[in-house]
Formats: sequence, structure tokens, C-alpha cells
Amino acid sequence: MTTPVLEARNVTMRFGGLTAVRSVDFTVNSGEIVGLIGPNGAGKTTFFNCLTGLYVPTEGTVTYKGTVLPPKPHLVTQAGIARTFQNIRLFANMTVLENVLVGRHTRTKEGLWSALLRGPGFKKAEKASEERAMELLEFIGLEAKRDHLARNLPYGEQRKLEIARALASEPGLLLLDEPTAGMNPQETRATEELVFAIRDKGIAVLLIEHDMRFVFNLSDRVAVLVQGEKLVEGTSDVVQADERVIAAYLGEPFDGDPGATEAQSTTGTKGEAQ
Amino acid sequence: MTDTTTRGLIPLPLPAARALLLAGGIATAASAFLAWTWTSEFPGDLTISGYPGGLQWLTFIAGILSTLFALAAYGIRGLSGLIPARNNAPLVLTALGAFGVTWYTIVSIAAELGGLANLEPGGWVAAIASLLPVIGAFALPEPRTASAKENLKAYLAKPDGIPPAQPLSPWLERAIITIATIVGLAVFTYGIDTEYGELFVGFLIVVVFGVWALHTAGLNDRFSRIVARNRSFTLAMGFAAAIAFPFTQSNDHYANIGVNILIFGTVALGLNIVVGLAGLLDLGYVAFLGVGAYTAALVSGSEFSRFSGVHFPFWAAAITGAAASLVFGVLIGAPTLRLRGDYLAIVTLGFGEIFRISVNNMDGQSGPDLTNGPNGIPAIPDLNLLGFNLGQAHDVAGFTLGRFANYYLLMVLIMAIVVLVYTRAADSRIGRSWIAIREDETAATAMGINGFRVKLVAFALGATLAGLAGTVSAHVTYSVVPTPYQFAGSTPPNSAFLLAAVVLGGMGTVAGPILGAALLYLLPEKLVFLQDKSLLAFGIALILLMRFRPEGIIANRRNQLEFHETGQLDIPEQTTLSGEPAAVTKAGA
Repeated sequence: MTTPVLEARNVTMRFGGLTAVRSVDFTVNSGEIVGLIGPNGAGKTTFFNCLTGLYVPTEGTVTYKGTVLPPKPHLVTQAGIARTFQNIRLFANMTVLENVLVGRHTRTKEGLWSALLRGPGFKKAEKASEERAMELLEFIGLEAKRDHLARNLPYGEQRKLEIARALASEPGLLLLDEPTAGMNPQETRATEELVFAIRDKGIAVLLIEHDMRFVFNLSDRVAVLVQGEKLVEGTSDVVQADERVIAAYLGEPFDGDPGATEAQSTTGTKGEAQ
Repeated sequence: MTDTTTRGLIPLPLPAARALLLAGGIATAASAFLAWTWTSEFPGDLTISGYPGGLQWLTFIAGILSTLFALAAYGIRGLSGLIPARNNAPLVLTALGAFGVTWYTIVSIAAELGGLANLEPGGWVAAIASLLPVIGAFALPEPRTASAKENLKAYLAKPDGIPPAQPLSPWLERAIITIATIVGLAVFTYGIDTEYGELFVGFLIVVVFGVWALHTAGLNDRFSRIVARNRSFTLAMGFAAAIAFPFTQSNDHYANIGVNILIFGTVALGLNIVVGLAGLLDLGYVAFLGVGAYTAALVSGSEFSRFSGVHFPFWAAAITGAAASLVFGVLIGAPTLRLRGDYLAIVTLGFGEIFRISVNNMDGQSGPDLTNGPNGIPAIPDLNLLGFNLGQAHDVAGFTLGRFANYYLLMVLIMAIVVLVYTRAADSRIGRSWIAIREDETAATAMGINGFRVKLVAFALGATLAGLAGTVSAHVTYSVVPTPYQFAGSTPPNSAFLLAAVVLGGMGTVAGPILGAALLYLLPEKLVFLQDKSLLAFGIALILLMRFRPEGIIANRRNQLEFHETGQLDIPEQTTLSGEPAAVTKAGA
């Protein structure tokens, strides 16, 4: 059942003397929701960029369904990995529908000639693309706003639209980079539902997130990245109980310090640590 | 200081202000029938009483426009639709237009003939009459604030929400488009046919203020809604008007201006694919026009051509020229399009110059013998299409079509092809990926778009269209020489003017670059009296336009929003982007 969708082996990313990601092994299985957490500057986004071809890892390989991914973002998307961005990167001056249609790019192939000649094939493909895009807009609940410019959407809907745009490329794995950043609790819960719904479509999800409740609610497995290295990986309970994770977020408690008792007392709510 | 009272800048009661507007408008129009000066030395002969001449016609038209808007402000039945926005700006602008053209005329009479003594009483009457509506306009009540700048702005402001018009019957809508096309053709023809610089300046004053008034009145918004519903009809009317143009011309010189505008406009439209859609700043674009022109000249059968024995028919020459440009586009694009932004601009600028200098040197001494160097390839024979010699005048339905009129019609055909290519490419998978690349290249590649490849397609397509225009331009001008294909010069086409035409007219639109090209061609052509200062004036005009209307004369919906952050144009609900917490903007990619 659990066939690996994404396998990162020994991925290392160095920028000059700085090692942002150090020998990370990482697997996402089909139908899984995996969380990737870590303090700020731990290398989560760098690791993401290694997976999506924006960076070429200094060492190591990333394979998707058994084939090594080419280090070009568009080929990675072509292969079946779609992503969203931490700071929303919609095409602000395109309409909601156009944004999703751009996401369809890899799954259509009408080139310049067919656009100029406008044969029956072109019209059929455009119509099919539009139908598919409208299905996705209905899925995220934005079908009524198809002709609005993306920049005019409220923040939460922009996040949703970015997910719809990523889904339009019919991915086998969806990478979400902080999908709830800047959201209020209601919007966060709605996003949770959305991620489950995406998983139910048979798409594996990998997410970076700082909202611990969100991550631990959603994820089948959570990996913790600290200073470029993978510290722990396991189910929510295992990770939440791990001393090293707490230490990474809150610092090491040590004897004789007034903070020690406080650190002890926070263990009950450690999952909230942000 | 109270900041919300509504009163005029000039203290006058509202009825008096309106009466001044109306009376002044009528008086201005009437004063055009008087003699303004005693001698016919001033061009246009303004000495005849009872009949307007030259610039007086423009004063007359501006006066009538001003009167019409004044009547509309009174709420006269049938005219109240002229100001759907119900604001004062159109009144102010038409009054300023009439004032501007009249006073410009008076001042230039005094300046050219040497003193105010050259004015007849009629001139004084016109000057005073045209001042009245301006006084009336600024006496209209507007909300007053503490800042004088805001107070003035209020008089030129256009309200945001223009109430939509009552639905018209399709036939009425088409009739409106037809009338608008005819008026547009008449205005354009008049502008091209202006015989002296003063008349052209007056024409510009009236057109600028007139169009501005129509815009603030909300008529442009309503018209564009009608156009949006009848897109193909409008396109057909536009081409009908373009074809009709040479039939309205008795002098082939003006058809020559027309054909040059079309060539310039076609190339600008090609550049619009590269700059407006794909967002690639190309500063050497004119080189592709040059490649097309030189290729056509080489295979034209000119005896000065390196291949003087070769004489392709036009269709073959056009394909060869376009294909040569395509090859050059790919050759130049492949290494350069990996660069972004400013670097691409610098490299394309360099390649543009390399083309001109290479062509200059390929004379058999400094380089291979191909282009005759600075002498170029002269004596390019006229085209012969289906036994129809484009070099000779022909009589068609009672109209004489001269050489340039023939080429003009050929260029209309080529422009139709280019417009078709542009609109079809823009509204397709590839067009969307160009816009996506322009909006955010990183996000676009993450969506699976091969950035380099689609950019190369845009670059090559733009080059091909420019080459196609170049093949005709070689025949129109009889000869090709390297000098016009430079980065910047005082006359079009050159890369700077082409880019200016695109930006000035409106990036990403079809009509924008064509209008921009027409303006930029006509300005140096008509304003010869500016002589060496024309580039200075042109630069100042560009700066002013970019300051006050950065999206260009004809705004694309996207660009309009890009440059005016708060403009919610056609979005029904007033939803704004709720501010993202500024702290969480780590580099996402």
C-alpha cells in the first residue's frame, strides 16, 4: 500500500561556507500527509526548494515515484509535484480563472500554431481546460469569483487560489509552504478541511508549518528539521514527546537557573510552541 | 478653515456660472465667424468675416463641444446622457480646450506677425468669449479643502463608479460604434492632413481636451462596454475605416504618411508581444525590421542587390524576410533570454547596434560584400501583385489611388494579419504563460512553464512580425540604408520610438501601440518648426504622460490596476487585500 511518492536521499545544500541542509533523508508515501517543522532558519524552505528544483542540491538525489527529478522547476511540476509559496505568489493581475488555467500548463500542449490557427482541437482543449479549472474553483469554493483579479481577493481566498492553481497541474504530491501563515483560527480550520479533502483525492501532501496544532492535527508523520539536519521523524505523539524537539524550540533547561522550572511547566503545552 | 463646504474657486452663484458656460460656449463658436487678423500672412487665412478658416474651425468645434456639455449640465432632455458621471470635469475641460485653442491662435498671430496690433476686433472678441466659460467652469461648486492642489484636482476628477447605461438594442449599439468610427476616421484624417504646424498644435489641443472631457464624463467607460459586447463588429469597423482612409485623400503625400504610420504601428504591435505580454524589455527591436527590409531588398531584383538576378514574387519575399527575422530572433534570443530585467535590456540594446554597424560594414571592404555598406540597396522595384503594379496610380470607383495608397492598402492587410496573430496568441495557453512570466517568473516556472522556451517563442514571434513589416517598408521607401535602424533618433522608426509607442499607447492592448505609433510619427512630421528641439519637446511630453497616466493612453485592464493601486474598476464587491503581516515575508523561493 505505502509506495513512496517522494524520496530524498542524503540531500545537502551548501551556500558557500554555509550548510543550510545537511544529509537529509526523507520519504513521503502515497496518500500521506507529512509535516515538516523546525525553528526559523532551520532550512525548511531551502529543503523545499531543493525538492522543487529551484535549487540544485549540492549532494544527494530526489526521486519522484522512482525517477530522479531533473533540477528544473518546470520539469519537476511536469513530473507531478506542485507547490505553493510561503509569501503568496499569485499572478496578481490575472483573473482567478486565468491563474488556475496557467496551472494547467503542463497538462495541455497547444502551442503557438494551434493558437493561431484555432482548429477544433484548440477549442476542445481550451474548453476542457476551462471545465477542469472550474471544477477546481468549485472544489475550493471560488467559482463565483472566476473573473475577479487575483489581487482583489481577500487574503484567505488568495491562499486557497494558490492551492487550486497548484492542483490544476494534476500533481501526485502537493507541497504547501506555510499554508496558514497570517490566517485566523476559522480560516486555519477551513484549510485543514481542504488539506484532508486533497488527500482524499489521492494526492500526497507535504507541508511546512509553524502552527503546531494545525500540523499535529493533520499529519500522519512529522519530521523536525533543526539547523539543516533532520532531528526526529515520526507520528505526532512521538515528535511532541521528544525532548530534543522541545529543546530546539525552547532551549535546553539547565539546573540552577530560574527559567528551569518554567521550562518544566511548559511541557504540558509544548505543542503550542511557535 | 472649513474643509467640506462646496463652493467654486471663483465666487459666483451657480446660475451665473452655468449661464457663463453656456453663453461663453456659444460666443466662442460664433466668434470663429469673425475676422481675427487683417492679413492672410498667417496661415489658414483668418481674415474673412462670415466663414471660419483654419484654426477658427477648431475654435468653432471646441466652442460647440463646450456648449453641448453646458446644455447637458442644465439637464436638457436628450443631452443629459452626455455626462453620465454627473460631474463638472467635462465642463471644465471643454472650456479649457476652447480657451486653449483660441488663445493659442491669438498668441501665435501676435507672435508671428509681430504684435497685438495685427489682431482685428474679431480676435479680441474670440479671446474674451473663450475666457468666459473658463471663469464659469471654475465658479462651479466643488468640495473645498485646505489644499489648493486638491481643490484644482477636484475640477478634473472622474468619479469611480459610472452607473451603467440602460441596455440599448444591438442595432443601436452598432450604430453608435459606426458613428464613433466615422468620427474617429474624420478626426484622424484631419490630423494627418493638417498643412502647417500651428494647425496641428491646435488640433492636438482640441483632441486632447476633448478626449479627456469624454473620459471624465464617463462616456469612454460606457463606450468600452458597448465595444466589449460587439468586439468583432468593432474590429471590422476599424479595418473598414483603415481601408477607407486612402479614398479620403486627394494628395498621395498623406497616403505616404499613412503607410509609414502603418509600418511603424505594425512593428510596435509586434514589439507589444515581447514587451507588453511577455514583459521582456527589448531595446534593439528595430533590428528585426531591418533584417526584414534588407532581406526583401536583396531578393527584390534591384540591380544594386548582391543577388541582382534574384527576383522573388512578393509572397515569397515576405516569407523570406519574416523567416530571416525569425532566425535572427532565435539567434539573438537564445543566448540573451536567460537574463532578466535590466540585463536583457542592455544586451538587446547591444545586439540592435551590432546589426546596424554590421550592415554598415558589409560593403566588401570592411566585411563581406552583402549590403553595400552605408549606400544601402537603392532602386528597389515596385511590387507587382496579381498583375497589379503598386507603383502606378489606379482609378478605383472614381477615386485615384496613388503609389503610396496602394502600399497603404497592402499594409492594412499585413496589419490585419498581425492584429489577428496578436489577439489569437494573447488569448491562448501560450499567451497566458507569457503574462504569467511577466507577472512572476518564479511562480510561473513552478507552475510548469518552461520560462526560457515561452520567452523565446515571444521573442521570435515579435521578430517575425517586424520582419514581415520590413519587407513592405523596403519597397515603400525604394531603398534600404543602415541609418534608420538605430537605437534612438529624431524620426521613427528606431528602437526608442518603438518602445515609446508601445508604452505611450498602452502596453498589452491592440489599439494602444497603433495609436502611439500614429502620434509619434505625426509629431515630428508636423511640428517641423520645433526643428532640433523636437526631441526635447518629445521627451518632456513623455515624462508628463508617464507621470499622469503611466498605463498609457489606452489602458489595459491589468495595467490600469497595476498602476493605480486603489482602482477597483469592475469588481462588484469592494474587497481589498487584507494586509499580510509584514513580519512573515521570508524569501519563499
